[in-house]
Amino acid sequence: MAAYVLRRLISAIAVMAMVGIFVFLLLRLAAGDPAAVIGGDTATEEMIAGIREQLGLNDPLPVQFVRWALSVLGGDLGTSIFARQPVLELILQRLEPTISLSILTITLSVTVGVSFGILAAWRTGGLADRMLTAFATLGFSVPVFVVGFFMIYWFAIRTGLLPVQGYRPIEHSLKPWLVHLILPTVTLSVPYIAYIARIARASVLEVLSEDYMRTAAAKGASSYSMLFHHALKNAGAPILTVIGLSFAGLISGVVITETVFNIPGVGRLVVDAVNNRDYPVIQGVLLLGSGLYVLINLVVDLSYTLVDPRIRY
Amino acid sequence: MLMRDSIGDDVLLDVRDLETHFYGEESVTRALGGISFQVKKGETVGVVGESGCGKSVTALSILRLLPKLNAKTVGGEVRFQGRDLLQLSDREMRQIRGDQIAMIFQDPMTSLNPVYTVGRQIAEAVQIHTNASRSDAMAKAKEMLRLVRMADPERRVNSYPHEMSGGMRQRAMIAMALACSPELLIADEPTTALDVTIQAQILRLIVDLKERTGTAVMLITHDLGVVAETCQRVIVMYAGRIVEQATVTDLFARPAHPYTQGLMRSVPDRRRGRQRRLPEIPGIVPSLREPIVGCSFAPRCPFATGICSEQTPILHDVEPGHAAACWRAEEVVGA
Repeated sequence: MAAYVLRRLISAIAVMAMVGIFVFLLLRLAAGDPAAVIGGDTATEEMIAGIREQLGLNDPLPVQFVRWALSVLGGDLGTSIFARQPVLELILQRLEPTISLSILTITLSVTVGVSFGILAAWRTGGLADRMLTAFATLGFSVPVFVVGFFMIYWFAIRTGLLPVQGYRPIEHSLKPWLVHLILPTVTLSVPYIAYIARIARASVLEVLSEDYMRTAAAKGASSYSMLFHHALKNAGAPILTVIGLSFAGLISGVVITETVFNIPGVGRLVVDAVNNRDYPVIQGVLLLGSGLYVLINLVVDLSYTLVDPRIRY
Repeated sequence: MLMRDSIGDDVLLDVRDLETHFYGEESVTRALGGISFQVKKGETVGVVGESGCGKSVTALSILRLLPKLNAKTVGGEVRFQGRDLLQLSDREMRQIRGDQIAMIFQDPMTSLNPVYTVGRQIAEAVQIHTNASRSDAMAKAKEMLRLVRMADPERRVNSYPHEMSGGMRQRAMIAMALACSPELLIADEPTTALDVTIQAQILRLIVDLKERTGTAVMLITHDLGVVAETCQRVIVMYAGRIVEQATVTDLFARPAHPYTQGLMRSVPDRRRGRQRRLPEIPGIVPSLREPIVGCSFAPRCPFATGICSEQTPILHDVEPGHAAACWRAEEVVGA
């Protein structure tokens, strides 16, 4: 196990190094001169040249990369060109809404998706199953922003049940925080519920025909115990995989959802940074996002041992 | 519910005209064509016949464990201690399964849940049917593992199925089945998937535990040798029907159905020497998708005459306690 974790960590470092090179190059080679951006509309040629010199943009690329990588490893993601604040600080300030939205989305998607999938598998061709097929088709094909605007129109503007947009920090009060997050969470959850439910249905369905399910029935086990106790744990590995992948892939959905619902999170930060060509911020968010992705994949792989005792590393 | 008619207090299971169908895309398979038999308290009854004759379907029909999607028991009664199991609610049926009627299956490699320890799986049966706490149930599981003579039960109670051999798993299955002291144990080919040496051990264990607990056993097998060693009575099935029923002694001494005779001839016998090729029953088992007119064995039967392909023979006594479904049973016995 320890050896496996070590191996995985080493490969994670390698992956992150690749990501680092990619992130660095992507933005250096992209069109647009950061120095011109920083200088603003009124900057003269000399001023821009000065800024270039100051940022080290005139050095050869490898030199720039090493300098950048070393400072990143030291915890310095650079300074935002626009906000003139350290990038790390900027991201940390915006982290709370994003983490709130992500955790609520994962909780909702996993509970609803897994239960929905199990119900559909339990009675194939039944009502739940047919509803899932219809819902999954819709959930996959309708983009998040369409769902979002539909939700806003219906639940906020037409009925006034929920706030249209915005975010309230959790440390002030729990209720407004939750109320403001309901629509974004439901919106962002739709495709994940569809995805998780489809996979849960397929894996549970496979397990239901196993001999040991008949053994459980012969013991007198109830349908509930058979589904949630005997079947679910056996169907756990594929379900865990999609949950991990969904969580890791959440970032793109978060960007759109935060924009639609005007939530000041990391997603909005990155959208603004792209619009402003705020290179250090984009790099910082990309790096942290990739790091999170790699970390979640590792955690998912290790958690397989919890659901299936036959898996040993 | 009162007993409809007195059939003697010692009858535990009374199956009458049990009929089970499987539904395919366009066809119906009549897996059980109306079978009737009884199991008395504490008795061991063997059910023999070749693959697909309806042995397992009988067991699954009794316990109502048939796949819901494509199988249905369409007729008959399964009276267990006076109650018709087919009329019980799902909840009542669950209370009977594992508690009063337990079942062990053919393949111990796939019949245990791979993600739970065997101790927990045995304890589960105890917890479903009693108010035992988790720790009491685990203690019971350990006791059951000792009873089935599992080596090192203290350790094995915490083992996962994949950490055990086939024989050990089948012992664990037996421990699970007997944990609630059932009145009836249905063993569906319990030794078929095991090594020959382990087969004998497991059979001995079942017989032994049966003697000790007084549980009645319905032993499903395709092996007449197993029946001879372990059972008191035998039911021979062919194409979804019972063709012969007798005590073991009577059946082996005077088989009254041509199919039974054929089965016996195809059992290897040391005394007959090695040179001869083992006789087989010519022909194939009829398809159960089409209704069978007459005796289902007639096309393969050396005794068949005109009536055999026209009318279905009724199971009738050829001597007290020995019944056969054959128009010419009386002649067959002497043959």
